[in-house]
Amino acid sequence: MSRRSLAESPPAVALRRIGAVALFLVRILGQCLPALRQPQLLVRQLYNAGARSLVIIMLSGLFVGMVLGLQGFDLLQRFGSEDALGVAAALSLLKELGPVVTSLLFAGRAGTALTSEIGLMRATDQLTAMQMMAVDPMRRVVAPRFLGGVIAMPLLAAIFSGLGLFGAHLVGVQLMGVDAGSFWSQTQGAVKLEDVSEGITKSLVFGVAVSLIAVYEGYHATPTAEGVGLATTRTVVASSVLTLLLDYVLTAMFL
Amino acid sequence: MRTTRSLELGTGLFVLLGFAALFFLTTQLPGSGLKLGRESGYLVTARFDNVGDLKPGAPVSMAGVSIGRVESIGYDPRVFKAVVTMRIQPRFNEIPDDSDAAIQTQGLLGGKFIGITPGGSETYLKGGGQIEFTQSAVVLENLVNKFFANFARRGSDGDKPPATEAQQQDGNGSK
Repeated sequence: MSRRSLAESPPAVALRRIGAVALFLVRILGQCLPALRQPQLLVRQLYNAGARSLVIIMLSGLFVGMVLGLQGFDLLQRFGSEDALGVAAALSLLKELGPVVTSLLFAGRAGTALTSEIGLMRATDQLTAMQMMAVDPMRRVVAPRFLGGVIAMPLLAAIFSGLGLFGAHLVGVQLMGVDAGSFWSQTQGAVKLEDVSEGITKSLVFGVAVSLIAVYEGYHATPTAEGVGLATTRTVVASSVLTLLLDYVLTAMFL
Repeated sequence: MRTTRSLELGTGLFVLLGFAALFFLTTQLPGSGLKLGRESGYLVTARFDNVGDLKPGAPVSMAGVSIGRVESIGYDPRVFKAVVTMRIQPRFNEIPDDSDAAIQTQGLLGGKFIGITPGGSETYLKGGGQIEFTQSAVVLENLVNKFFANFARRGSDGDKPPATEAQQQDGNGSK
């Protein structure tokens, strides 16, 4: 096998991509502090990534919680311990469903928007124009978007978990007749602060992963209409897979 | 100007909601968190030898109907008993003062709750009153131990009848 074909083989390409993403992360981190000095840019990105994802996150959280309420009640009823519904719903929402589903939705809702926005800037030479004006696009475009995503993710996941718990309460207590006192007292007895912080840590890590992939793919998109489309697809695929993979690693770490 | 205002409004709303959710999850969910809000109803105490894993917030029921909640669980060092304070809803104000309170279990794996069996007295429990007759939580392990002790004794003694209650208590106490 010649040297050239070895460098173009799939494992080598994948390895190169991982390295490029890691280097890109280092470059972003270097620009994070300067980006914080322009808070109006950060606020705008927080709005784009967070506030605009609010409706889909709230709706999904509510319905995931309601389904948990139904399924959990049906399962626990067989053992005559429907009072544990609150514990089951709270722990599964806090530790798994909240961070993971929020991250998947975030990748679809905000990640794609980031990639296509930066990709189009690339395609229409806006990034090059900035460089011509001695404005660093990493600082002006990439870093605020990355930071906005990282800050927005834990907040969105918390909203998701909170509303999910409300949904589980709605179905379990109001619809199925689980005692409200048992529901909450058992939940408060079983949920520890570590469970909450596990969820927050997970959502923070997912936020970094999804935002990083989104800005990387946008920044390095082929500057054509097709290239931006492909980059957007890659963002969704890569960040979804990475979310689930990291979830396993983090869960194993916390256990 | 208008776009900035709606932008700031939306971002503010999002951040506020996010932190409200975080606050709720970190302070209200774990048992050690803060307690907000006040409940109505009158307080009644009862002393138990053993409350098992009864938790504050567990229901207090009469004839299977929830009439209140466990407010707090303390310990009385003078009589070596657990003091359970219950908050009974104001509309259930005709509970005879010689009623019996027992700690029971919901289902096989369910949590503990307090079941009140009404007595025959003409006077009723008032706020700050105490239920004198109590029955402790059944600790499943003790029950299983008793069962196996009983079983083993029966096996070794051939056809002897099962040990009496007093003997069982003896065997358990000497352990």
